[in-house]
Amino acid sequence: MNDRKSFFGQAGLYGAMALISLAGLADAVFLTVERLTGSSLTCVVSASCSEVLASPYATIGSIPIAMLGAAAYFLLFSAATLSAFGHRWAELFLVLLIGPMLGATLWLLYVQAFVLHAFCDYCLLSAVFTFALVGLIFAQRVRGSSAGTAS
Amino acid sequence: MKRFLPFLIIGCVFVLAVGVGWLRYLSKSSASVRTVSTSVAAATSSSKPGATPPHTGGREDAPVTLEEFGDYQCPPCARMAPIIKQMEKIYGDRLRFVFRQFPLAAHPRAADAARAAEAAGLQNHFWEMHDLLYDNQWIWSRVPDARIFFAERAESLGLDVERFKHDMDGDPVKNRLNADRDRATSLGSDRTPVVFVNMRRVTESSLNETGLRAAIDAALKEKSK
Repeated sequence: MNDRKSFFGQAGLYGAMALISLAGLADAVFLTVERLTGSSLTCVVSASCSEVLASPYATIGSIPIAMLGAAAYFLLFSAATLSAFGHRWAELFLVLLIGPMLGATLWLLYVQAFVLHAFCDYCLLSAVFTFALVGLIFAQRVRGSSAGTAS
Repeated sequence: MKRFLPFLIIGCVFVLAVGVGWLRYLSKSSASVRTVSTSVAAATSSSKPGATPPHTGGREDAPVTLEEFGDYQCPPCARMAPIIKQMEKIYGDRLRFVFRQFPLAAHPRAADAARAAEAAGLQNHFWEMHDLLYDNQWIWSRVPDARIFFAERAESLGLDVERFKHDMDGDPVKNRLNADRDRATSLGSDRTPVVFVNMRRVTESSLNETGLRAAIDAALKEKSK
């Protein structure tokens, strides 16, 4: 019974990760299109979305960072979905992927706050998604290790 | 079936993400020009004249007038600048370009930049300063004191720097900015860049090379009827 409960708890965590990754993917795809079409993006909270998106920090070479973000969110979504269906190897992939994503998010927050002095709502939203994913993966690891200790 | 379900979900999400992204990209960069419903007559009868004389390029009697309301600190405006130059090259005598100042409050240095361009204009170097401001937007938007940057550039253009500094805060410049702002708001502009081709507003999604060409071609066709 406990195993069954734990299975559904784990699957629920991975399901939540998949949903958050999906939201992050939608946000990143939106930002990628805005960057590629060069349109003037209107933010809800801050007034400087366009400045952030047009800055040299928004691309690596000719590739928009948002496009890399979309790829990362898609990989996270895939790993979370596979983990929810019991593919153990995908759990490790989740942990390996979230580290660089967290690093990139912190770097981009630093750039917005201290270099550009401008914030973009959609970029901040993406940071929120990444932090939520970090929290969930951490919770999952703690849960997994405590379950291992208990057994 | 359950074995393949996660891969099916992942595949569907991939197709959906790429498909939606691609469709949105196509619709945003579409060449079709959709003009706003405001009729030309309605726009002209209620619109304010703007600063006189306006900053223009091309022949006064050109069949098509492209009027832009721009903000020097707005990145999409900076990206529009080379596109408009290209339009001037392509259409030559058939196109008249009018630039109007519309510095947005959201851009803290835009008003000073507009003053710098207008002050340079009083010494007949408006377009040189206009190009400099857009070309170096990334720099002066971030230097501690943009006014020092503007004065240095004024000097490099051979302007009388003391007069330039004085003019930046003078009434003639202030009046021109106010007049252009009044015209912008009377035409319903609330963002930048806003472009009118023969008084018809070009939609934001068409503010690219193909979109502007389509708008200018349509205006030329209309004129030739």
